[in-house]
Amino acid sequence: MFQIGISQPYNNNLFAPGHTACAGCGQSLAARLVLNALGPNVIVATATGCLEVFSSNFPQSSWEVPWIHSLFENASAVASGIEAALKVLGREDEAIVIAQGGDGGFADIGFGALSGAVERGHNILFIVYDNEAYMNTGVQRSGLTPFDASTTTSPAGKCSYGNPTDKKPLAQIVAAHGAPYAAVTSVGYYRDLEKKVQKAASIKGPKFLQIHVPCPLGWGHDTSLTIKVARLAVQTGLYPLFEMENGEITSVVKIVPKPRPVEEYLKLQRRFRHLFRPGAEGELKKIQDIANENIRKFKLYEG
Amino acid sequence: MAQETKTVVLEGSRAVAEAVRLCRPDVIAAYPITPQTHIVENLSQMVADGLLKAENIRVESEHSAASAVLGASATGARAYTATTSQGFLLMIEVLYNMAGLRLPVVLTVANRGISAPLTIHNDIQDSLVARDTGFVQLYAEDNQEALDMHIQAFKIAEDYRVSLPVLIGMDGFILTHSFEPVVLPTQDEVDAFLPSYKPIFYLTTKAPLTMGTKTDPEFYTEARYMLHKAQQNAKRVIVEVARDFKDKFGRFSGDLLETYNAEDADIIFVSIGSLVSSLRAIAKELREKGEKVGVLKVRTFRPFPQKEIVEALSRAKLVIVMEKDASLGSTGVLAQEIRAAFYGNSPVPRLSGFVVGLGGRDVTRETVLKALQLAKESDHDCTFLDLNPELLEEV
Repeated sequence: MFQIGISQPYNNNLFAPGHTACAGCGQSLAARLVLNALGPNVIVATATGCLEVFSSNFPQSSWEVPWIHSLFENASAVASGIEAALKVLGREDEAIVIAQGGDGGFADIGFGALSGAVERGHNILFIVYDNEAYMNTGVQRSGLTPFDASTTTSPAGKCSYGNPTDKKPLAQIVAAHGAPYAAVTSVGYYRDLEKKVQKAASIKGPKFLQIHVPCPLGWGHDTSLTIKVARLAVQTGLYPLFEMENGEITSVVKIVPKPRPVEEYLKLQRRFRHLFRPGAEGELKKIQDIANENIRKFKLYEG
Repeated sequence: MAQETKTVVLEGSRAVAEAVRLCRPDVIAAYPITPQTHIVENLSQMVADGLLKAENIRVESEHSAASAVLGASATGARAYTATTSQGFLLMIEVLYNMAGLRLPVVLTVANRGISAPLTIHNDIQDSLVARDTGFVQLYAEDNQEALDMHIQAFKIAEDYRVSLPVLIGMDGFILTHSFEPVVLPTQDEVDAFLPSYKPIFYLTTKAPLTMGTKTDPEFYTEARYMLHKAQQNAKRVIVEVARDFKDKFGRFSGDLLETYNAEDADIIFVSIGSLVSSLRAIAKELREKGEKVGVLKVRTFRPFPQKEIVEALSRAKLVIVMEKDASLGSTGVLAQEIRAAFYGNSPVPRLSGFVVGLGGRDVTRETVLKALQLAKESDHDCTFLDLNPELLEEV
């Protein structure tokens, strides 16, 4: 017989070590920061993907909080049911309900369920760990894969510079539903991450948080560079960190001292290696233009 | 003042909604699809009128309907949903998951055919797709049975020996939109029969647990085996619950099978759902003319009552399976299962299987008599009856 019991949280971490995430995994670090920022009074629904696979391999689990995994596309709908159940059973104050997963589970296959749950106004915190591709299945392109990234289904080749489209603006789309809070943060800015997690948790209704989480395996950077890569994404202007409250942008993380050229970010990653071959200069310019447009639009830097 | 049991004339969908209301579900999530709509419209009105204290989640798809009741059930709530046809097919992925997680949700399927070609009319091709999901599957012949079945379904699902979701099939339009007199139990009666749901494991911060883990090969088979065992346990529990229901409500309305004049019958018709009522009438007529004809109704399709079916049919000379489904490229699903049940048994009656009533086509007295005549002449296997040759292209 298997014993079911509660172990003492290790080092007060609600996301226990011993899981099977890769060295340098940005997602596992972010998941731990999120849980520790929220405390033990949460119920978590997790979509299929890396996070679920590396943290819940029976009979072990990293989750020191009530946690459920159902399917890939339904975390938001499962969380809707959890939230409704807590309400009707008079247990509303017991826990913050979280629906979480990767970019594929929320921006693509679970997009309908996310949209439905946000539109219905459930009191749920949605957390998307954005590692910019389907990493669990071997680095396939998702709707949040950035422009020109080489993935296994959008590979660079003689006739291609990789992914032909830019990222879907998921946080803005969620905000457009009327969600009171939608924000973007990064595992490279963990104070910002903690602050936004706690702020989101304090708001009643649907709230959304997208966290940029580098994937050394999928992006092809050294496992020691996860935080550096995450910070460069922000400092180049390619990954703006912002908050939207009731549809309006209310804060951005400013770039200091000044924006870095996108090459500094791109050159650390194998997924952009093809952009540094002769003849690809035009592509680098296109990516710099994306960064410049972000800087202008979000007022990330006023030099 | 205690309410009194009363007989009322209700539409089938309303009868089901009343039964569900009496079971006090905590969470309902559904997406509209014909002919399931009247069930969830009635329940929505009950919530709106304060007659039912439940959270009613108007989800954006059937996939999310199933997922929401899954989440609610995992949190310790009694949860209910309903669908049909394409919506049911969209749910299928979640249904496997729900059974694997051992969550006692109750699901009504207002049975309807499947596209293409598009049809909104009745057959049972939809819910039979769930054959291997792990769901307990019951089929109603009439509205009273549908009503009673829903009350029993929660009890079967929530029995710890079972801990499985239960699906109730009722013929779309034929039952869901027909008005019939039904005995409507009182709230006190149902409360005495069905206690509130007390899950052993559920999502709570008081005792955190991990549900829906990933498994490696050394654990997966055992989990699936236990699911199979739970199905086998359900066979016993369904019978117990039917007896308990009779004690409380005074009518026997349950069990795995139901027979009509089958004990001494030479010929036995076998079917599922409302078609059984027609077969009963025709069998009666034939018996009056001196032919020993009986009927076997398969109420419980999962767990499949193999032993009981063999027992009920083995004294007959001829078995005629009439079913509103076909496993394309094989035979009718019910005929297939009955043939399999007889393997290794003796004596084995002759058996013919006919596919009838697809996409809402009426199964008339003539259809049934044709089947009888054909089956007497020779053995039939997945013979489609009432085909219009003018519409067929020979390739």
